[in-house]
Amino acid sequence: MNGLTRRSLLAKGGLVVVFASSGAAWAQEPEEAANLPGDLDKYPFLDSWIRIDTTGRITVFTGKAELGQGLRTALIQIAADELEVSPASIDLIMADTGRTPDEGVTAGSHSMQNSGMAILNAAANVRALLTDAAAWRFASSIDQIELQDGTAYGPGGRRLGYGDLAAGFSLHVMAKPDVPRRSKGRRLIGESVPRVDIPAKVNGGSAYVQDIRAANMLHARVVRGPSDGTQLKPADIDAVAKMPGIEKVVREGRFMAVLAAKEWHAVKALRRLQAAGWERRDSSLPSADLCDVIRQSPVRDNPIFNYPGPSAPADARIVKARYSRPALMHGSIGPSCAVALWENGNLIVWTHSQGVSPLRKSLAELVRLPLEKVRCIHVEGSGCYGHNGADDVAADAALAARAVPGRPVRMQWMREQEHGWEPLGSAMVVELHGALGRDGRIVGWRHDVWSNAHNGRPVSAGGLLAGAELEPPFAPQKPQPIPMPEGGGDRNANPIYALPNASGTHHFVERAPLRVSALRSLGAHMNVFAIESFMDEMAHAANADPVDFRLIHLQDSRAREVVETAANRFGWKRRVKGRPGRGYGFGFARYKNLGAYCALAMEVTIEPDGGTVDVRRVVAAVDSGEAVSPDGIRNQIEGAIVQSLSWTQMEAVTFDTSHRTSFDWSAYPIMRFPSVPASIEVDVIDRPGEPFLGTGEAGQGPAAAALANAIADAIGHRLRDMPLTSERIKAALRS
Amino acid sequence: MISLSVNGVAQSIDADPDTPLLYVLRDELGLHGAKFGCGLGQCGSCTVLVDDRPTFSCLLPIAALAGRKVRTIEGLGTPDRPGALAAAFDVEQAAQCGYCIAGMIMRAQALLERNNRPTEAELRTYLAPNLCRCGTHMRILRAVRRAAAAMGGGVQESSR
Amino acid sequence: MLADATSATPEQPTEPNLTRGGWLLAGSALGLIAISVAVVVLAWKPALTPVPPVAAASFDRATVLHGETLARLGNCRTCHTAAAGRPFAGGKAVHTPFGTIFSTNITPDPATGIGRWSLEAFMRAMREGVSRDGSFLYPAFPYDHFTRVTDRDLAALYAFLMTRPPVPTQAAENQLAWPYGYRPLLAGWSLLYLHKDAVDETDRGRYLAEGLAHCGACHTPRNRWGAEVVDRAYDGAWIDGWYAPPLNAGSPAVHPWTEEMLFAYLRTGLSPMHAAAAGPMAEVIRELSGVPESDVRALAAYFAALMADAPAAKGGKMATDKQSEADRMHPEGATLFAGACASCHEAGAPMMMQQGRPSLGWGTSLHVAAAHDTLHVIVQGFAPPVGRAGPSMPAFGNDFTDRQLAEIAAYLRARYTDLPPWPNLEQVVSDVRKEGGE
Repeated sequence: MNGLTRRSLLAKGGLVVVFASSGAAWAQEPEEAANLPGDLDKYPFLDSWIRIDTTGRITVFTGKAELGQGLRTALIQIAADELEVSPASIDLIMADTGRTPDEGVTAGSHSMQNSGMAILNAAANVRALLTDAAAWRFASSIDQIELQDGTAYGPGGRRLGYGDLAAGFSLHVMAKPDVPRRSKGRRLIGESVPRVDIPAKVNGGSAYVQDIRAANMLHARVVRGPSDGTQLKPADIDAVAKMPGIEKVVREGRFMAVLAAKEWHAVKALRRLQAAGWERRDSSLPSADLCDVIRQSPVRDNPIFNYPGPSAPADARIVKARYSRPALMHGSIGPSCAVALWENGNLIVWTHSQGVSPLRKSLAELVRLPLEKVRCIHVEGSGCYGHNGADDVAADAALAARAVPGRPVRMQWMREQEHGWEPLGSAMVVELHGALGRDGRIVGWRHDVWSNAHNGRPVSAGGLLAGAELEPPFAPQKPQPIPMPEGGGDRNANPIYALPNASGTHHFVERAPLRVSALRSLGAHMNVFAIESFMDEMAHAANADPVDFRLIHLQDSRAREVVETAANRFGWKRRVKGRPGRGYGFGFARYKNLGAYCALAMEVTIEPDGGTVDVRRVVAAVDSGEAVSPDGIRNQIEGAIVQSLSWTQMEAVTFDTSHRTSFDWSAYPIMRFPSVPASIEVDVIDRPGEPFLGTGEAGQGPAAAALANAIADAIGHRLRDMPLTSERIKAALRS
Repeated sequence: MISLSVNGVAQSIDADPDTPLLYVLRDELGLHGAKFGCGLGQCGSCTVLVDDRPTFSCLLPIAALAGRKVRTIEGLGTPDRPGALAAAFDVEQAAQCGYCIAGMIMRAQALLERNNRPTEAELRTYLAPNLCRCGTHMRILRAVRRAAAAMGGGVQESSR
Repeated sequence: MLADATSATPEQPTEPNLTRGGWLLAGSALGLIAISVAVVVLAWKPALTPVPPVAAASFDRATVLHGETLARLGNCRTCHTAAAGRPFAGGKAVHTPFGTIFSTNITPDPATGIGRWSLEAFMRAMREGVSRDGSFLYPAFPYDHFTRVTDRDLAALYAFLMTRPPVPTQAAENQLAWPYGYRPLLAGWSLLYLHKDAVDETDRGRYLAEGLAHCGACHTPRNRWGAEVVDRAYDGAWIDGWYAPPLNAGSPAVHPWTEEMLFAYLRTGLSPMHAAAAGPMAEVIRELSGVPESDVRALAAYFAALMADAPAAKGGKMATDKQSEADRMHPEGATLFAGACASCHEAGAPMMMQQGRPSLGWGTSLHVAAAHDTLHVIVQGFAPPVGRAGPSMPAFGNDFTDRQLAEIAAYLRARYTDLPPWPNLEQVVSDVRKEGGE
């Protein structure tokens, strides 16, 4: 059996954990330091990020996690590039509260900016130190030292390996902010280095958290009602405890889990318990449309932006529109999973949570342990696209493990549990009001967005599902809007276009009928969908070409270049207009006005009988600053486009007054191969020297908008409410 | 004890006969390529080949497998000696989170073994039972096209 | 009416007995001459002048939309569209005991479709089964039902079809056993079996069911000449290897088919007290999903009334789940069920526990004498149209051998019914696999 022993499990990454004596030796402690890039300012000591052992093997630490976005490879690439070693000689330790800096949550596309820049500069510092050390050892000057492939070369053929050199100085020194980057030699950054995790993944060997197996391990299933707000009816637990293979039924308050040595026994026990039925526990869900409910709920108003300008003239042409999207599901392909071990009063959890540090804090509170006795280690799960069930299942695993001290417990959520309990992307409504001057330019702009919270990540035990089930329950976290410039429901509500007399307000709706939290790109998907659809509507009113209209109002030069590149590559000016059933659409945004720029053009055909949309061609241009891995960027954008097309065309979480009815893939269909575009091209604009910009969430909004615009172009009628289904298109064609 | 043939090796399994093959592969045999995605036959993450045909191992009890050949992704190759599809997926970097990929490769393997010259439409229809949430579809298609060519065939353009 | 349909064994139709018909003809030379004269007289229908293709824009939009609804009610698309073909362009193989007939191209293509048919020609085809050129159409095209459609509705259908995209595709040649390829024989069929009765349009359910929706074409048994047996209306019959169950007092359903349940079934493809639609009925329901609710309700009311005397409606049927007994009698089937089926179909499974889906025992297909429908669903699965939500089931044909599938079917029959075991299950599996293709 390929199962790991417990010892080797803990040794994952090469380090045996000893809680009792080491104290703070390994745990990273933050310090304050100004002027350092990325998260280096919170962890300014070089050995927080980089260590070199006596053999020359380099370990790099990051508080960020691999989510399938290729971050592991990109960070290795950055470090290897700067340190002049091959990527294979670097071990990257990611997101382990016992070993890595606390970089918060891997979210918001911040990793390259926060961790990438930190590692880049830390590595530059280390390179400088290695160069200094070699110069000292060779009694030569610094510019006579050349570093290559882990060895320092000096005059007269002298050489020393990094391991040898590093033994002579300490990396526990603070980074200097002005150390220059490596200037000569072959670069890895800018090359599409093959992802280090793909070979194992395509041969079946990769270790996801779902794959962890340890000696003496128990399989667990948590037992709940079908979705948030429900609970299981009383069941014959004694009978289930006697089922073959069931080692324990854990019960604490309303929390319940079954444990078995064989996974299938746990599944059967779960099904038996669920046969007792369920009931709604919270107040009823609305029977009205969720968007209408949100639009009419009590709000807390937060101004988003306010650009002064003369009021629109009286003869300005007014355009008004209301856009909406339903609640959306993360829908991670692999339901969430965690492995927990409670031993000697310490808790370790292997988790695919995006935020091991806040999770650790929440778990410590949940199981009433001091913080230093809890450790969370990130192990890859399937794509999470935001806050899915990862944190909740970690809590479920912890509680189950506490009941069987000394035995690792693997808690696996079922598909319907992930569908039923994962926090959703909020339903949202945007109302736009624009004024066009006689010269065809925008002279007034008003953006109002209604939304639930886009962040419910646990920062305390009350943010975990199990926290509400224990007796006494922990107080639930109060939903809060995320302040700009990041934003939640208002993310990307602030248009990058240069608009006079423009303002926007975020109407934050605290009361959420369905559980909500961060879904990839947060409010940007909706806001960009609305803004970019509206730009087309304004362009139409001004009788202007949609791309020209955007360029008129776009002053940011990088934005202009991305728009022009996409349009030219697509052949926008050459498109043949007016063909029935064929349409072209354009969409553009800079993610958060801080991240990557993405513009894309799309061609669709629409089959009139069924209203089905066939996306023929997508051409995108993206500017992510200095492109560490151009292919990694392309991969992310292609994926974002397909994912967004699925959201925008097909998806809507359904529910009745008592529970979610989107319980599996048959009830919540997502895009399958036959509906995927015929072709997607991504053009990466490289900007060497510019800061790395997060790309993972840059494509969703522009793709959604381009689709809406292409459909409107094809059928002569605008759909403003997602999902843009074939039924709605057919209805529009008939009216 | 139940006897199974997995990747050409006879295995003796101590598990209930109604245990779905997926759990036996992952928990008893240490073969983690096939994944749990839904357990409902809707996503294809658990796809393996049984007598050269693609099946959802999450819904296939081992009692049904006496005398039948099971093949998993581990049987197609290793990182050092990858099979044609694994090699193609690596070249095309056809993965983001990668969770669906083993199932995709097994499904594609079944297709290319029977017909290494499918049309584009046939290829897309054949892969339809397998879900990818990251949106890696374009690369997966490119990888299968590349593998088909490497296996002496090729995906034909259709009027799509 | 007929006794409980499950006691009789509905058999798939076989080749009619030619020898007896030939003996009759051979034995009556005078009869032969008389018949020949009648045939010549009746079989001659005038060709109607082809008209120039009518411009789509000349049709009133509201009429076209009305025609679209009617085409959905008539399920025209399903028969007149080939598997990978363009809508209404024909080419779908319809298997009959007389051979295989390929549906015709009813797009307005002037050369290969009906683009040059006048309204008169269209109405004659629908009412009398005669093509524009005067030749007879095979009653695989249910003109014996469409004959009841009003002039107004026929005109709307015409408007709809004439405004579809024209597709130049020649239908494949029919493959009929001798002498059925000789179309003038159909004049005799028409004479005997075409009843040009009208149905009052205001009796909406009956008007639709007996007319456009042609429900009897699948649910009513046919005689040796392929004509519906009028006094066995809705007694149940075979279509494409599936058994369409009785829709009258002979309905073997465990729960009553009330109007509410029928409406749910016809509208959504799922009755919470019965089962999901699969096979040919799923295609009917797909089309009905675009039809006004009132029409679907009317159909539901009509058939609920027809089934008001069925055993379930009179409280005579009980739902059954004899798991322990079935486990004992069919241990292998029980094991396979537990590993393959229970994840969706047992009481604690998500679709059951969360969504209130019906127990397997409530489905009619377990309660008819033929196992084919049950095995079709297991072997091939079913799914809603691409991208739509709806009940779905994976295909298990690759998972199990014929024998294992037979074991599962036997287990289901023993567990969920009190009826005698199905005979020859492995043969049924083999037939079902052939019918379903791969």
